[in-house]
Amino acid sequence: MNKFHWKLVGLIGMVLVAALYSLPNWYGEDPAVQLRSLGGDALDGPLKEKALEEKISHALKEAGLPVRLTVGEELLLRFKTSEEQLKAKDILNEILGEDYSIALNLAPATPPWLASLKAEPMKLGLDLRGGVHFLITVDVASIVGHRLESLSSELRQELRKEGLSYHSLEYKQGKLHISFSDAAKENLAVDFLRSQHPELMAIKPVEATSLEFAFTEKMLDQIRNETLEQTLTTLRKRVNELGVSEALVQRQGLNQVVVELPGIQDTARARDILGKTATLKFLMRDEKANIQLPAPVGSKLYHDRLKRPVILKNRIILSGEAVVGAGSGFDRDGHPTVNIRLGGNGIGLFKQTTRDNIGHQMAVIYVENHNNKTRETVISVATIQSALGNNFQISGLQLNEARDLALLLRSGAMPAALSIVEERIVGPNMGQDNIQKGMLSVKVGLGLVIFFMTVYYSLFGVLANIALAINLLLMIAIMSWVGATLTLPGIAGIVLTLGMAVDANVLIFERIREELRAGASPVLSIQRGFDGAFSSIIDSNLTTLIVGLLLFTIGSGPVKGFAVTLSIGILTSLFTAITVTRALVQVSYPQRMIKRLQIGI
Amino acid sequence: MEFFKQKTQFNFMEMRKFTAAVSLIFCIFSLTCLFMPKGGLAFGLDFTGGTQVEVGFSQPVDASALRELLDKAGFGDSRVQQYGSTQNALIRLAKQGDEPADALRNKLNALFQQLDPKAHIRAMDVVGSEVGAQLAEQGGLAVLAAIAATMIYIALRFEWRLAISAATALCHDSLIVLGIFAFFQIEFDLATLAAILAVVGYSLNDTIVVFDRVRENLRKVRKGSPSEIMNLSLNQTLSRTIMTSGTTLLVVLALLVFGGQSLWGFSLALLCGIVIGTYSSIYVASNLALALGLDKKAMAVRKAANDDELLP
Repeated sequence: MNKFHWKLVGLIGMVLVAALYSLPNWYGEDPAVQLRSLGGDALDGPLKEKALEEKISHALKEAGLPVRLTVGEELLLRFKTSEEQLKAKDILNEILGEDYSIALNLAPATPPWLASLKAEPMKLGLDLRGGVHFLITVDVASIVGHRLESLSSELRQELRKEGLSYHSLEYKQGKLHISFSDAAKENLAVDFLRSQHPELMAIKPVEATSLEFAFTEKMLDQIRNETLEQTLTTLRKRVNELGVSEALVQRQGLNQVVVELPGIQDTARARDILGKTATLKFLMRDEKANIQLPAPVGSKLYHDRLKRPVILKNRIILSGEAVVGAGSGFDRDGHPTVNIRLGGNGIGLFKQTTRDNIGHQMAVIYVENHNNKTRETVISVATIQSALGNNFQISGLQLNEARDLALLLRSGAMPAALSIVEERIVGPNMGQDNIQKGMLSVKVGLGLVIFFMTVYYSLFGVLANIALAINLLLMIAIMSWVGATLTLPGIAGIVLTLGMAVDANVLIFERIREELRAGASPVLSIQRGFDGAFSSIIDSNLTTLIVGLLLFTIGSGPVKGFAVTLSIGILTSLFTAITVTRALVQVSYPQRMIKRLQIGI
Repeated sequence: MEFFKQKTQFNFMEMRKFTAAVSLIFCIFSLTCLFMPKGGLAFGLDFTGGTQVEVGFSQPVDASALRELLDKAGFGDSRVQQYGSTQNALIRLAKQGDEPADALRNKLNALFQQLDPKAHIRAMDVVGSEVGAQLAEQGGLAVLAAIAATMIYIALRFEWRLAISAATALCHDSLIVLGIFAFFQIEFDLATLAAILAVVGYSLNDTIVVFDRVRENLRKVRKGSPSEIMNLSLNQTLSRTIMTSGTTLLVVLALLVFGGQSLWGFSLALLCGIVIGTYSSIYVASNLALALGLDKKAMAVRKAANDDELLP
């Protein structure tokens, strides 16, 4: 075999791989219900799982709902239609209750052998599958205000401790105003603040002996990122409870969050849950109480996430509003810790209680208010090592526990006020409709292009059409493989790419015709045609690719969906139009002496 | 099949003064439409904010009956449009108060069911007004960035005169498409914006192919004025121009006819853009490059400079 044959084998292999990875799209997705135990573990051992399975199968059989069960990390119930899926969800809600999270899902109907190759169908955007889309603005400015305000009380203490008496120190309109009795004090104070609080920057003095401070750009960025991250974490947690497994919660721009809930139609409930409140509280452990007996007066029985009981005193020593920051880290000995930063009012009692209770145990409770029901979970019980101040550490945790706790502490209360600025509902019929219309456009567009290319370029047209089909296959394979989301504008991008993709072949074929007309031999014409058109093809496609990539970076929503398919399409068409067509031409004209080229002239 | 049996020898540049005038008039006209008081783009929901509902009925429904119904229920000034079928209607509500979306949805559902018991809301969008300003800014930025980036690429790969000409052609194309949308008051939404950017991409593609041939001919062909070489290049690429714009137009037509309401504005903008983009490659980009004094020397110098760079 010569070099060309090897190339051909490579090409065929690649087409087969592309076909394999496009295949899952052909199988589509089943409407499914996903079951998970809320204990955090899988479905608690094989025995219970078996019993659960039978219970569910029985209930669904009675309701006349045919179902296919799959047991993996969680229990997956597949249905034929989304009506059956919705009915089943209601039934499951009734018989299983609160201990399980029951989520609507679209499970890929990819056969196991394909799934084991990590082949998955493309994700469909909301416009194609139906659902709700929210755009939420996070009020970061008020958080900045809070932080600065709580800093002001710290500064008062610090300045006093340094003997830098000030005239007044107050928080006004996003800035800290400090005035001093004389200039010498002021200079000392500026030096002190500069060394101790690099997060602050001095703005121009209003009067000779007064200063204004605000957070530096870097600090503002940090606060913004922290706030957004907390909001995202909290929203993700809540979305999970909505029972949507493939929800999208994503930051957009400086202070916005996009939440997309496929399959959800009940926006009232979605709004309710996204905006629901959750807080933290700190309680002392009632160490005298016996777990086996009912909790004594003034104490109450709680459970942690693993359902272990613990009795805690009722008096709240600190509430979640006081936690302004939390992060995981390590102490001097390298043990994982959670570092908590407190601020604002109401920490006096906490400081005093911890001072008086060194060696005793304190617990952190996560309180959720959900549908007028309150759920309280103990997230940590730790021994107080020393009197605690504005900053303290919780230790004695595993590394992942420390991370989780920091996350929970941060996400406990929604850090900033949220306002829904955009809400879009796409009905399931609409989604189906959009898919059908999109597919029809692709088919008609492709058909027209194929027809004209064949009529105009004869055999070469057919070769270009084969390359075009491979191009479409490659696009689908790549989009499935990278997990890109297909939207209606995305389909438009595919259609447009199909139209433009033949351009490279048109350029090559026109060159070949020119050479033939000029009297060159067929073999030479092919050679010169491909070579001569190359720079045009590269330049024109690269510039269009630049536009596509810019669209992807800057754009949002439909613009982005379009940019994804356009960019992928340009890359694949570059490859198919040049390499694949050339190989096809070589296969069609294997002999050295070609008398005539069937290129339509 | 061939479009032209003989080598074509159209004198494209003969009409250059006339077409320059035509382009200028269209641009000025577009600008007037865009900035006229009470004129401008008919911005869609994406940009203005507001509420838009798409309703499906089980039987054909008259738009005026629907309008009347909405008027009576206190949704005056609502816009009712029907795309493709009379069983669907797209309703843009005039600004409503702070009523939550779900309450509004139930209210409207009840209203439509008076007309047809099987009516159902297929989709509903509620967009806050602040989002729009952001998107418009982002979109404008994207168009400018795209034009600037490609200009740099062309300046590096070709020559500054060609870069300026191509960029001008791109501005010309987007401006006229915007002008058409403003003049006919066709709704301009995010998808249309994406289409404008696609037009920039397409028009650029077309222009580059012509420029590439011009570059080649300026280096290769010994005799002839720049204008003659330009004509030669345009004639040589003419079949390709017709074929490529033809296939692209066909697929866009397929989108326009079968893509449904959501893609209508998008396809229309593309359709206009492809026609204008093809024209502008010849009569704006090539024309301007000549006017800026593109000649053999320009390309020859570039080539020498390139060769120097290649030497160790």
